[in-house]
Amino acid sequence: MSDDIDAIDATDDHVYLSLAEGHDDGAARWAFGTGFEDPLHGVDTAVPDGVDTAELAAMCLALGDDALVCAQRLAQWCTRAPELEEEVALANIGLDLLGQARLLYARCGQVDGTGRGEDAYAYTRDPDDFRNTRLAELPDTDFAFCVVRLLVLSSWRLALFGRLASAADPVLAAVAAKGVAELTYHRQYAADWALRLGDGTEESHRRMRAALAAVAPYLGEVLDARPQFAAHADAVRQETLAVLDQVLLAAGLDLPAAAAVPGSGRRGEHTEHLAPLLAELQSVARAHPEAAW
Amino acid sequence: MSSDGTGTAERDWPLYEVFVRGKRGLNHVHVGSLHAADDRMALTHARDLYTRRNEGVSIWVVRSTHIAASTRDEKDPFFQPSADKVYRHPTFYDIPDDVPHI
Repeated sequence: MSDDIDAIDATDDHVYLSLAEGHDDGAARWAFGTGFEDPLHGVDTAVPDGVDTAELAAMCLALGDDALVCAQRLAQWCTRAPELEEEVALANIGLDLLGQARLLYARCGQVDGTGRGEDAYAYTRDPDDFRNTRLAELPDTDFAFCVVRLLVLSSWRLALFGRLASAADPVLAAVAAKGVAELTYHRQYAADWALRLGDGTEESHRRMRAALAAVAPYLGEVLDARPQFAAHADAVRQETLAVLDQVLLAAGLDLPAAAAVPGSGRRGEHTEHLAPLLAELQSVARAHPEAAW
Repeated sequence: MSSDGTGTAERDWPLYEVFVRGKRGLNHVHVGSLHAADDRMALTHARDLYTRRNEGVSIWVVRSTHIAASTRDEKDPFFQPSADKVYRHPTFYDIPDDVPHI
């Protein structure tokens, strides 16, 4: 009898075991999570007739670059976030985006004629080859800037992904459909913080205003979205601005008018901040080409 | 942050206890604790900290101060009396195969 009780106690100490009860994933299970799904399971990778592969590759590249560069900026909050819980939240969002980047780069390599793998896009291209919007590469000056940037980019990307989910290319459509749930959470996270900080203390309000002023000159480039996303640009612009207006109004903030910074990351014209970011991101891969774990 | 009314928690967020229900689990299981400024933030933090590896489909959070707990001093009077009452287990019945969760 007492042996039985000890055995039950020992099991109860590992709470995640009871959460995982009833799962039969076997070897597919690692750590404690279960039931993982392959977002491209059952998706036909053949390019349908009538799809312009150059256009498709350009879209995948720009979306992949946005995600990779954002993920790197978010990862830089590790050990620096204001709270441990926020650090994990930001890292989670970065990892969501990194997952999107991997799928988009892989698709790009399939359709741009080079046959490159995802690592070739992330680790062996120079800054001029990147097509991310410049807002993604700007360094975080404080947590308020991180929140405002995330709010803008997640709102725009969510509006776009909602439309790309019905794209003619089945892979891009699947990646977009999977991304919608992720981006909905990213946008909600950013909006929650925008409300707290905008409607918080005098200092938090001041920092949010400063962050909006720093982001505003780059907003036009995000919304313009040319040349890669010209087909959806107008509708996505309207939806993005409507979301920003709603959140900022509730937060007691507004979007300042600002002259656009000349150039466009979408054409490979970047700020001086992208090169150091990529140097750090690519340093190990470039020092040890083709190395494997 | 000042909603607890103590006025002493200006800088430190209060502690919450987190309960997660697994996909096919029947009940919420205590998985740990975290700091958050309010209930809404506690839920998002719990989502980020405790379900990031696909562990759950439902989360409860509750302020730790709202949990009433038995103390170590009460251990013997609370729990010792049940240690030798084997007859309280309904082991003398045949349970039909189609009755679940017993």
